[in-house]
Amino acid sequence: MNAPHDMRTPARRVRGLGPARSGTADFWHQRLTGFAGVFLSIALIVIVLSMLGRSHAAAVQILGSPIVAVIMLLFILTSVYHMWIGMQEIILDYVHDDKYKFLSLMLNTFFCVAVGLASAFAILKLSFGV
Amino acid sequence: MVEITLPKNSKVEEGKTWPRTSHATHLTEFKIYRWNPDDGANPHIDTYYVDRDNCGPMVLDALIWIKNNIDPTLTFRRSCREGVCGSCAMNIDGTNTLACTRAMDEVKTPIKISPLPHQPVVKDLVPDLKNFYAQYASIEPWLHTVTPAPEKEWRQSHEERTKLDGMYECILCACCSTSCPSYWWNSDRYLGPAALLQANRWVQDSRDEATGERLDNLEDPFRIYRCHTILNCSKACPKGLNPAKEIATLKKALVDRQV
Repeated sequence: MNAPHDMRTPARRVRGLGPARSGTADFWHQRLTGFAGVFLSIALIVIVLSMLGRSHAAAVQILGSPIVAVIMLLFILTSVYHMWIGMQEIILDYVHDDKYKFLSLMLNTFFCVAVGLASAFAILKLSFGV
Repeated sequence: MVEITLPKNSKVEEGKTWPRTSHATHLTEFKIYRWNPDDGANPHIDTYYVDRDNCGPMVLDALIWIKNNIDPTLTFRRSCREGVCGSCAMNIDGTNTLACTRAMDEVKTPIKISPLPHQPVVKDLVPDLKNFYAQYASIEPWLHTVTPAPEKEWRQSHEERTKLDGMYECILCACCSTSCPSYWWNSDRYLGPAALLQANRWVQDSRDEATGERLDNLEDPFRIYRCHTILNCSKACPKGLNPAKEIATLKKALVDRQV
């Protein structure tokens, strides 16, 4: 920040590229998904407990039933979105080199989308039985 | 990236132990960070013994006593000696606070003193706060109005004035901002608790007519949203203020204008 070749004034450095006028949506959605996660996690635990000791066929039937499948899909959607925002926050906190920052932000997005889609696909496959 | 270790020339070394005053019986040991930009040496920790029978009760009294009686080169800022000016903010026994309002007896001995964390050091206990002050200036800490100025004063009810309590008392000592890990990692883009508390002081001021522009200026993933409610700021504030709460109020205002 104070490298010898950096002759910008402190005001120039602080003002930088100006405010991005964004960030509030991520902040609000992080809380929204966190709040939803409280209830959906409890539902998830109940669903997992209900499958304990049952056969594979019974587990498939439980996970494939409409209400359970919708709850599972909601859980996947909210938790993956929550995870995406959370990891992005951590990257912005700690990764300052532009190269690594953009790379890790991309990997974060790819990972979350892939994990979310794969999980949703698994539930849908059970639910539609194909 | 985050710096896990200090650069080679910033590694703190063991320094000199200054001789104790021969006739003193009641001594308190001080370990103080020293760094001189002119001698090319690494920072080092010097040991001093303060004669308590000949010195006031506060840590600042001891620093002044050391400067007067042992080592005139010891460098630190001080002015009001009563917690009003914020000049003598430093890290005492791991906590950012004002040397003038922290009693020696409140701190475990040896009393370890270093400059405010994660700021460039000018010399010894004097940090370079240029960036901190530029951040304060960037929130434009003065009244913005579009209504022509009234003949007398801008009026404000008692209730409206009460909203400024807990914010107007801030003395900009930088104890909060320099105690914040988010500020350590991102002080170039994150405004830090002190500037944000001050920003809220103007957002909450009923006389100010630029609330929207002020919020626009803050709405940024870095300027405000690097705050993760770690609360070191509220713990450190030597004036007992709660910057974290004021930042939360700002975030709420930013959400309120969207939903």
